[in-house]
Amino acid sequence: MAYDDYIRKRFFPHIWCPGCGHGIVLNALTRSLDSLGFDKNEMVMVSGIGCSARISGYVDLHSMHTIHGRALAFATGIKLSRPELKLIVPMGDGDALAIGGNHFIHAARRNIDITAIVINNRIYGMTGGQYSPLSGVGVRATTAPYSNIDPAFDVVEMATAAGATFVARTTTYHVREMSKFFQKAILHKGFSVVEVLSQCPTNFGRRNKAGDAVHMMESYKNGTVVAGSADDVPGSGKIRRGVFVEKTAPEYCDEYARIIRVARKGA
Amino acid sequence: MKNKTAFIQGNEVCARAAIYAGVGFFAGYPITPSTEIAEFMARELPKRQGTFIQMEDEISSLCAVIGASLTGCKAMTATSGPGFSLMQEALGYAVMAEIPCVIVDVQRGGPSTGLPTHVMQGDVCQARWGIHGDHAIVAMTASGNQELFKITVDAFNIAETYRTPVILLLDIPSEGEIEVVERLRTAVKQGVDFHPYLPREDGRLPMSDFGGVHRYNVTGLFHDMWGFPSDDPQVVHGLLRHLADKINNNVDNIARFKEYYLDDADLVLVSYGSSARSALHLVESRRRRGEKYGLLELQTLWPFPHSIVREKCANARYVAVVEMNLGQITKEVKEAVDRPERVYLLNRIDGVYITPTDIRNMLRVIQGRGV
Repeated sequence: MAYDDYIRKRFFPHIWCPGCGHGIVLNALTRSLDSLGFDKNEMVMVSGIGCSARISGYVDLHSMHTIHGRALAFATGIKLSRPELKLIVPMGDGDALAIGGNHFIHAARRNIDITAIVINNRIYGMTGGQYSPLSGVGVRATTAPYSNIDPAFDVVEMATAAGATFVARTTTYHVREMSKFFQKAILHKGFSVVEVLSQCPTNFGRRNKAGDAVHMMESYKNGTVVAGSADDVPGSGKIRRGVFVEKTAPEYCDEYARIIRVARKGA
Repeated sequence: MKNKTAFIQGNEVCARAAIYAGVGFFAGYPITPSTEIAEFMARELPKRQGTFIQMEDEISSLCAVIGASLTGCKAMTATSGPGFSLMQEALGYAVMAEIPCVIVDVQRGGPSTGLPTHVMQGDVCQARWGIHGDHAIVAMTASGNQELFKITVDAFNIAETYRTPVILLLDIPSEGEIEVVERLRTAVKQGVDFHPYLPREDGRLPMSDFGGVHRYNVTGLFHDMWGFPSDDPQVVHGLLRHLADKINNNVDNIARFKEYYLDDADLVLVSYGSSARSALHLVESRRRRGEKYGLLELQTLWPFPHSIVREKCANARYVAVVEMNLGQITKEVKEAVDRPERVYLLNRIDGVYITPTDIRNMLRVIQGRGV
């Protein structure tokens, strides 16, 4: 199929564990890129460090695998320097919101036209299962052997508050929805955030008695609800999926182009 | 500007030189005493279709600079000690991924917040070894504004030539035709397998701009000729050797220095940055009294030009290193010369410029003449 064209087969096999959700995200991403049909030379993928960050190496785009937490800062430099390029930044939960939290809120605040994909498996997978800022209270991790007392961020609320102009949430169970949200996010002019709940059976599932990958994906099916649907009632205890923010606001590169025009008039 | 003398700050000279060198992107975070460079860039870059952005911290500033450089434009940042500390992580990435960029560190005194509005030369060794892991690095400095202009352009030229970050260490808060070098771009055509990390025989590595016809991977992990992560011992060994050799095999091409009265000098002062001006002042006044003083002013500090220092100091009875720290370059000079016991450190570490009188007084102590 044509979405094969977006994969660098030379670099396979990939590094992910059996049952990992990251491959599903890569699959949905290549399908959405295929549907969008942009020239591959116009697309740049920038990532940080972690299991999810390895996605950038496997796609046949301009790809940059940077340092932990800083992917959005590198991407900001690329985007501002060449605004015609499409920037996609896949990040893990720790990468995006612990070490990278400051870069995340400031990229959102600027509303720079970058698509941030937060692949949330609620754990530091690559280092062997430490709690992340999205693990939540009660979770067990190698650094929370007696259960975690750190409350979690809500990515959707946080991105919204920081100024992102497109914010959505989906899961690895809902692949068609995921692909659709990716397309919308990439087409959106401004800072777009898609949170994808993704299973880490190796380092989250085992320690938290969440079952294997299939069980964890079933919990995404049964434990989530489409925002605004009939089942979306307060107190249901379910995680809401859907597009929560989709609005227009001045985009940073456009604004900077305006500054260039103003400065050159005086020059 | 003909026949006009302008009194301008070192920071502005540096910023003007960067524009002359063709800088197209600046990202930074406000910090004394470097802020004037950012302010200048915010004003001037958009007039030239260039880009300025004030990032959320110094970490992201250098990250953005590296990203911009990958799209094909010359990029820089400017900071001072505390910000330079935060930049070490991204600096290491620029070394590993071989991304040209210029980092200006307008030095202040001491560790931490230190002496924000005073001057020292305390970051010399941080420039060499601030980042983790074996590596080679280029760091340059200048003693006066006219030299600073040339050295800033040189910093960009060396960054683009050797695909390396270059650190410009300034301690000056305060013509002629200069060649501007552009980076080497690949001649590989579209559709032909491009090896972004396969160096030429001379160690240089042609680049392809992000957004161009070659899509490749850039990473801070050890990587093969395609830029893909590898821990193959041969690949790791080869890349680390390449990263060190491309700088260390070109010490003579990267070294910039000036010499004054060295031919018959008994006493050679070695200095750099603003302290070299005081040293020169003293050398000239002693020469007028017939005393055989000379000065070797270093403008490239890293890679340290050992063979040049050795040659220039070969006939000296004494070598005195004048610097405003606890002897960060003195150690290298001792290593370079034949008789390290004849090398003395003349320094001030109190945030005050070292004066010709300070140097004279310290020399009298060394010579056993008392102050």
